[in-house]
Amino acid sequence: MSDVTINAPTERVVTYRGGGFAPSPRRWVGFMVFAALILIAEWGTRAQWISALTLPMPSDVMNTFRDLYSSGLLFKHMVPSLSRLIMGSLIGVSCGITIGILIGLFSYVRAGLSPLVAAIFPIPKIALLPLFVIWFGIGEGSKYALIAFGTFTPTVVATFGAVDNVDRTLIRMGQSFGLSWFSIVRKIVLPGAMPGILSGLRISLAIAIILLVAAEMLGAEYGIGAYILEAGSLYDLERLFAGVVILSLLGVLVSGAVGLAERRLLSWRV
Amino acid sequence: MDIRLSSVGHSYGATEVLHDISLDIPAGRIVCLVGPSGCGKSTLLRFIGGLERPSDGQILQLGEPPEGSLNPLTYVFQDFALLPWRTVRGNISLVLEDHGIRGADAEAVIGDVLTRTKLIDFADALPKQLSGGMKQRVAIARALAVKPAVMLMDEPLSALDAQTRELLMDDLVGLWTRQPFTAVYVTHNLAEAVRLGHTVVVLSRRPGRMREIIEVDTPLADRVAGDVDLEAVQKKLWTLMRDEARAADSELVNV
Repeated sequence: MSDVTINAPTERVVTYRGGGFAPSPRRWVGFMVFAALILIAEWGTRAQWISALTLPMPSDVMNTFRDLYSSGLLFKHMVPSLSRLIMGSLIGVSCGITIGILIGLFSYVRAGLSPLVAAIFPIPKIALLPLFVIWFGIGEGSKYALIAFGTFTPTVVATFGAVDNVDRTLIRMGQSFGLSWFSIVRKIVLPGAMPGILSGLRISLAIAIILLVAAEMLGAEYGIGAYILEAGSLYDLERLFAGVVILSLLGVLVSGAVGLAERRLLSWRV
Repeated sequence: MDIRLSSVGHSYGATEVLHDISLDIPAGRIVCLVGPSGCGKSTLLRFIGGLERPSDGQILQLGEPPEGSLNPLTYVFQDFALLPWRTVRGNISLVLEDHGIRGADAEAVIGDVLTRTKLIDFADALPKQLSGGMKQRVAIARALAVKPAVMLMDEPLSALDAQTRELLMDDLVGLWTRQPFTAVYVTHNLAEAVRLGHTVVVLSRRPGRMREIIEVDTPLADRVAGDVDLEAVQKKLWTLMRDEARAADSELVNV
């Protein structure tokens, strides 16, 4: 051992171990997952290893959808549904943001309302539909109310959490420059809470779509929910799935709209 | 407008943080407050600016703020406190909007302060695009925009690296030389205090008391690194503070 001349130290490239944990956008992957699932379903139903009772053939669903479009029924169902969705979530979200900001800013409102919000958050709003029908009538009122109520609570929770997270030094800064209370809320608190409010909006609007269908299952002649309920009770799987596809598209659309709003409103974020 | 502190003291519960501070801040001069960490110097600054209320004593304004001063007591914060969603221009117009200055009037003020802080080319940049030094210059520009009678600077250079700090000190000296302003400048950096202060007030460790007031006579513009007199002052300050700083450092924090 002692005779051996000291070898040059062995060279080795340092192993890279810093990757991962940083998702980056891959545009077409999501689309391909959808396409693959649909192709498998199509192949399975055609080859008969998926029975027609288990799953309708995607091409049939597509045909049903086309009929729905060409007969004009699609719009007859979509227009009332969309107006319910927009009206209901507009009421719910705007009340939610207002109450959320008040809870975030005033000790008494917080002490008074945050337990109340915690109490009504876990109530399944669908269970209250009969009550809403008594309060607001069988018409549009009860549908707006259900969607509004369902979007209200998650919006409140997201908003007041976001207000709590607004950088206090920015508020101090506003005070030190003599800004009015209203200016501080409008120019500092509200934009500072916007990231939290928007991510809350994603959840609220998904809930709004779920509740839309629930609301339309009771006393609605037209609407996607009514369409799905009718197809379901006739065990018409093609139409059922056509309705489900519309709902999914609606979900993708809403989430895309929130994403767009985030990019527009939060471009200042690092 | 002068500021007078008359026997200001403060306690958080049972912990006394400031004890009997009396001090005059004359117009047109920079008063530096130095002291070991936790001695209440930033708290004192918040009292002067009216962001907190002392439990004893009073802060008095002597005389009227100069004509056109929108916000007589104006802060410059350690962490800049810029709104990240507003551009440089927007951050400055924020403090003008509430005083009803908009449009062409606001543009004139913004142009003026951005020129004075050498930021005119960055008016449309967002804070995230700026370096730390530039962010602090924006904050200084914003403070100048409201024509303060007294600038309250809470460790304005502490979040910056040493080179940027040097540059910004030069900028502050330049600003003061062109148009003298009154400032209370809190720092734990003795070199900054000696470079920028006409008066350096040394506070003891908690509860903060006045230990010594040192006047630095060399005119601001003539102060250069390595000046013998300034070195001597800085050394004296350090001697005053060393034991206090050591004792403060080994105290248990229970506030």
